[in-house]
Amino acid sequence: MEELINVVDWSRAQFALTAIYHWLFVPLTLGLGIIVAVMETIYLKTKSEKWLATTKFWMTIFGVNFAIGVATGIILEFEFGTNWSNYSWFVGDIFGAPLAVEGILAFFMESTFIAVMFFGWKKVSPKFHLAATWLTAIGASLSALWILVANAWMQYPTGCEFNPATMRNEMTSFAAVALSPMAVSKFLHTVLSAWTLGGVFVCGVCGWMMLKKRNMDHCWRSLKVGAWVGVIGIVMTMITGDTSAVTVAKYQPMKLAAMEGLYKGNHEQSIVAFGILNPSKQAFDEQDPYLFDISIPYGLSFLATHDFHAFVPGIEDIINGKSYDNEGNEINTVSYAERMERGKQLQEMMAQYDQAARSGNQVVADSLKTAINADFKHFGYAYLDKPEEAIPNVPLTFYTFHFMVTVGGYLMLFLLLALFFVYKPQILAKAKWAKWWHILAIVTVPLTYLCSASGWIVAEVGRQPWTIQDLMPNKVAISDLSAGYVQITFWIFAVVFTALLIADIGIICKQISKRSQTNLDTVND
Amino acid sequence: MSDNQATKQGFWSQVFHLYYDGFRSMTVGKTLWLIIGIKLFIFFVIIKMLFFPNFLSSKCDTDEQKTEYVRHQLVDR
Repeated sequence: MEELINVVDWSRAQFALTAIYHWLFVPLTLGLGIIVAVMETIYLKTKSEKWLATTKFWMTIFGVNFAIGVATGIILEFEFGTNWSNYSWFVGDIFGAPLAVEGILAFFMESTFIAVMFFGWKKVSPKFHLAATWLTAIGASLSALWILVANAWMQYPTGCEFNPATMRNEMTSFAAVALSPMAVSKFLHTVLSAWTLGGVFVCGVCGWMMLKKRNMDHCWRSLKVGAWVGVIGIVMTMITGDTSAVTVAKYQPMKLAAMEGLYKGNHEQSIVAFGILNPSKQAFDEQDPYLFDISIPYGLSFLATHDFHAFVPGIEDIINGKSYDNEGNEINTVSYAERMERGKQLQEMMAQYDQAARSGNQVVADSLKTAINADFKHFGYAYLDKPEEAIPNVPLTFYTFHFMVTVGGYLMLFLLLALFFVYKPQILAKAKWAKWWHILAIVTVPLTYLCSASGWIVAEVGRQPWTIQDLMPNKVAISDLSAGYVQITFWIFAVVFTALLIADIGIICKQISKRSQTNLDTVND
Repeated sequence: MSDNQATKQGFWSQVFHLYYDGFRSMTVGKTLWLIIGIKLFIFFVIIKMLFFPNFLSSKCDTDEQKTEYVRHQLVDR
């Protein structure tokens, strides 16, 4: 058992490492793709060579990041087949279908149109080239869509039926999988946050160039597009973040409770604006969950339900299966102890199904299959040793959530100021503190990456211990491997991905430095 | 090759020259393609072949055997 826990931990660490590294490349591709497409659109409207030069500058940065990042996500699929084999079998075609669509889209849209984008300046008409640039940007977002649909299904499994004959989930409705509330809010929140990152990246690079007093006109042109895309991105990220919170409250209440460090829920529940958790707090121990907190009254009730007076369940309420309506009447949902019991009954029914199917008693088998699917949402609880095992890592979820929200608020302010300076450049030109603004813009770039990674940590750590919410915990999803085997590949990935990241940052910095020393008001190549 | 020549050629010839001329005229792109090549070699030849076999396929030959293996893992646990 100890060995199994180590395998689970190492496999999770390996998946987290590769996913976070992969995600360092993806949002810049998504964000810069849109920014480059907007810049080229302006060039085509104005026919200004300056805009063409600016477009080509950012297109080069986009190309470097795309080239280094491409295929880094494929590692995650390797890991599914090796480390998470029970999971891979169990999800059946549900995971395969969106990933197949992603593969086709990525291959045909991105690889075709990206070639036109980089090689086609003198080969195709300007309008066709612009279309290729937009299709590359849209294709990248569509690729992300299908990955996010697959991830959303793991958070909220829907549109499927379990087949005990094959021990696989089978898709019953592609629309239900692709358009689930979790998938839609996850896609919008993720892609729009990438726009924010792209906008901040442009501000940061321009900040560095303006600090060096290089190509100031090019910087102002870039900032005009970058700041607008960034502002639209952060406003929409906040709006979709609100939708995500409502979706999480409905389908993953334990995650929401962990995000807030909420053990006992209430009507008119406040939200923690700033807080320090009590590190010794455990569920049901009556200790105060916070050492210090500043809370906003009614905040969490409104965030979770858009109703200031609604009850928001805490971790202990969810485990006990208790909730309340707005009149204060107790609503008994299913406690985790009962879910564990029902999960074990499902296991027994699966064994009975197997016996019935083997003995050719199809009537009994069919009846058991119907019964299994009717209660299947409790299946994963069969593997819990105690209800508290279903509580995620509260401190990590709490702090990363609050970091993400705090930095998100800062980014809104930063991008609005950046946009203000775009239209009032004389203020920045005369200001003695202009240098500090540029430095702030540079520092904001890594901060935005951390914010983006924090969002993923909230989403993934907050749903632990589940690989598939309520259906399959990590310890069941894992392959029967040795921990040492997984450790070896963990360190190989750590080295390879770090080398790729160094190459990415190195080449991008070199290109920015080199190109910023040329005249970016004319086309150089 | 002039634009006029290109338009007189067939579609596939134009596609070929788009890539051929594009690759020939690359500057930073050559370094990137080298990195992509090395990366894909490491991912698919070294990592995938040596360290990431399909676990179930290595244990079972048929889908029925895989079903039984997973059933044992999920039901008999």
